[in-house]
Amino acid sequence: MTGRISGIFGDMPWAVRIALFYVLMFVLFALFGDVLTEHTFREASLLKRLKPPLFLGGEDSFLLGTDEKGRDLLARLVVGSRITLIIAIVGTFIGAIVGSLLGLLAAARRGATETVIMAAVDVQASLPIIIVALFVLAVFDNSFTLFLLLIGLTGWEVYARLTRGAALSAQEHGYAIAIRALGASSTRIYLRHILPNVLNVVLVQLTINLPLTVLLETALSFLGLGVQPPLTSLGQIMSEGRDRLLTAWWLTMMPGTIIFFLALSISLAGDWLRDRLDPTLRRIRA
Amino acid sequence: MFLYLSTRLLRAVATMLLTVTIVFVFIRLSGDPAAALAPPDVGQEVIDQYREKLGLDQPLWKQYVTYVGTLARGQFGYSIHTGRPALELFLDKLPATLMLGGTALLIALGVGIPLGVVAALNRNSPIDRGVMAFSVFAFAMPNFLFGLGVILIGALAFQVFYGSGSDLFSLGALLAPAATLGLASMGAFARFARSSVLETINKPFMIAAEARGIPRVRRLARHVAPNAAIPLVTLLGLSLGTLIAGSVVTEQVFAWPGVGQLLVRSVITRDIAVVQFLVLAVAGTMVLANLLVDLLYLVIDPRIRVR
Repeated sequence: MTGRISGIFGDMPWAVRIALFYVLMFVLFALFGDVLTEHTFREASLLKRLKPPLFLGGEDSFLLGTDEKGRDLLARLVVGSRITLIIAIVGTFIGAIVGSLLGLLAAARRGATETVIMAAVDVQASLPIIIVALFVLAVFDNSFTLFLLLIGLTGWEVYARLTRGAALSAQEHGYAIAIRALGASSTRIYLRHILPNVLNVVLVQLTINLPLTVLLETALSFLGLGVQPPLTSLGQIMSEGRDRLLTAWWLTMMPGTIIFFLALSISLAGDWLRDRLDPTLRRIRA
Repeated sequence: MFLYLSTRLLRAVATMLLTVTIVFVFIRLSGDPAAALAPPDVGQEVIDQYREKLGLDQPLWKQYVTYVGTLARGQFGYSIHTGRPALELFLDKLPATLMLGGTALLIALGVGIPLGVVAALNRNSPIDRGVMAFSVFAFAMPNFLFGLGVILIGALAFQVFYGSGSDLFSLGALLAPAATLGLASMGAFARFARSSVLETINKPFMIAAEARGIPRVRRLARHVAPNAAIPLVTLLGLSLGTLIAGSVVTEQVFAWPGVGQLLVRSVITRDIAVVQFLVLAVAGTMVLANLLVDLLYLVIDPRIRVR
């Protein structure tokens, strides 16, 4: 067992190790960061407004300073990270599951079903997701569930395209034909045999999509159209701190830096994973 | 070639029609427009009157046909806040956005492609690694953070204030948001240019060209460039989406009076007619751009002309 693990980590570049370490730290911070502060994220005190972080001469009990309502920035960053993390993970999985199933369905059914699904893919591909999100948020009342679903739309069309292509080529493989000859239903063939074979493609796309969902959520929340107060997210904290950019830069730059390194780390780890999983690249290297 | 063109054209029209349909369905799903437009606290009769006046008592398919008809005649409705036509509001803001987006694209192309080519020609050197690191950086950097960083550094270190109140058409005031907007595309261009050059320089015809004694510069200009340009044209089409999406946020950060700002403000104030028009305008632009990319393929890729 240890042999296998060192086999995985053995040729891992330092940049990727640091990236994975950052992601781990971020998750721990989001889940258990509350222990670092005695304040809650909603507790406001106007007497303690806009305190700088401790290293810039702030107060002992506010390690990273306070915002314009006198709320503890550290506590807000913990909760903001938690919400951003939840939205990113749930959103990514919604997109992956919906998109992949639609792609498989298109490949399995062909005909009219395929035409409709692929036309919808074309529409999505011709509209940046943030524009779709803005349209939906203008038409419907913003709620956390709706926002989560919108983030989940990110990249569904890519999954649909990828799985459809992979499934169409898998259909032609000997194993699929053999199983069909043995009398398996096509649902069974798709879910038990073809799906596991296209899973690699989906997994790679997942690592490309995860940072995109983080960036979309924070961008929309930054515009004031995403997560709504009293709840908070990293983008929402930035949006509140924006007016104080020049006087209290830590209110925007700290959540911003967390977002940037998170997106960067996931991308680096994803690039590395893609190189390991993509058989065509492995062949070139061998 | 005729088949190639006609399928592309048909697909573009179908995509546009489907977008219009989806927009129609969403707006209808959101609630009763008559109840929203009628004054508050009125009886059902008044709402019914409004419904009749707006044609909402017609069957849904008839409403849909009317809707597509009015759009086709270029009537896109009026802003509920200013009372001005949505089209006029859009045209007012378009020049500012075009200038920002155009400059951003120029910066992205002008910096990104040379970086990618240099990286490919110096494969596995520190230059190559530096360019690749830059492209990952550009991908992961949220444009609102970069923009705020630029404003912060500009203000603290150089006493330059971007955004609200600054002279829009001075070079500095344009370059800061344009660089912010172009950053993401710049990284993508560098990465793509690198991989498509790498793919081309290892092809057998390149070895043959070298064997014939063709000088390096000529090999790069006449043999590598045309082949590497093909995937880049695809990316050009895709980067338009990145630029449009990015301009929404960038305009907000730098208080740039463009279409992106109009869109965000209309979403916040729920000015449906304006939002609807802007969504259709974005879709139309993207569809048209993809069509242009397909045409461009005809010019740069002679293989398609034969098909």
